[in-house]
Amino acid sequence: MTPNPDGALTGYLLLGALLFVCGAVCMAMKRNAIGVLMGVELVLNGANVNFVAFARYNPTFEVEGQIFALFVIVMAAAEAAVALAIVLNFYNNHMTVDVDTAEELKG
Amino acid sequence: MDLQTFLFWTVAIVTGLSAIAVVVTQNIVRSAAWLLVTLGGTAGVYFLLGADFVGATQLIIYVGGILILVVFGVMLTAQGPFISMKVGAAEWAIAMVVGIVLFVVLATTTMSATWPTTTEARMNNPETSMNSATLAGAFLGLREVTPKARMPIPPGDVPVVPMRTPVAYLLPFEIVSVHLLVVLIGAAYLARAKRRRGTVA
Repeated sequence: MTPNPDGALTGYLLLGALLFVCGAVCMAMKRNAIGVLMGVELVLNGANVNFVAFARYNPTFEVEGQIFALFVIVMAAAEAAVALAIVLNFYNNHMTVDVDTAEELKG
Repeated sequence: MDLQTFLFWTVAIVTGLSAIAVVVTQNIVRSAAWLLVTLGGTAGVYFLLGADFVGATQLIIYVGGILILVVFGVMLTAQGPFISMKVGAAEWAIAMVVGIVLFVVLATTTMSATWPTTTEARMNNPETSMNSATLAGAFLGLREVTPKARMPIPPGDVPVVPMRTPVAYLLPFEIVSVHLLVVLIGAAYLARAKRRRGTVA
């Protein structure tokens, strides 16, 4: 066990922040729709690391942190299933997975 | 540096570097492979934090389920020009700058904030530390999970008897499970093979 819980918590929060930033950049930059989906997974993982770290180091969240992390994981599963279905449908209709070509709804 | 700190920094560096590799790699297949390392490393972080059940769930659902879905999506769509889609140098530079600025903002905020921390004794006590049994109890409402009841009473204040109103997470759990069922049916409907009329399949 670390002698300084606050310093340990900061390490976990920095890891969560790094995962979040990687996911956000991935979402914004990738041209492949599945790459965008990977960015979403990274963002959700960064949030989850924060939840579980607070569940460990903050007395008011020791139950809720882990429960919310579980809910986030289930939501991520649902999101991945729908997003992949949409991507495959788009690929079947347009023969591409480039998100820049998905502009039919543009006004 | 004790074992816990050493293990944390090892796992954290592996996880962070592979997360950066997911972003940097242009090849979508390699990106999926790096995502595997990231998700596994995150599961290791959960185990280090004492969240056994969440770590196991992460391994089963993320690594075993979502990543398989993503890999199947990559396999079904990665043909010819879609394996590596190039991004322009200007967009690349802007994304890097924005990402670094965002990380610096988040990191300085994290370093400057202070939070109430769980005491070592509470963390190491098997009665009060979190495990799968207390997690299951929280879902069923068997454990006092109202945050106010666990707040430390300030010295000199009259100790308030905590209200015995356990908050069960059973209803959100049921809602989430029904939501997952609906979503999976919808996904199967969306991704089904359509047979066009008038054309020979």
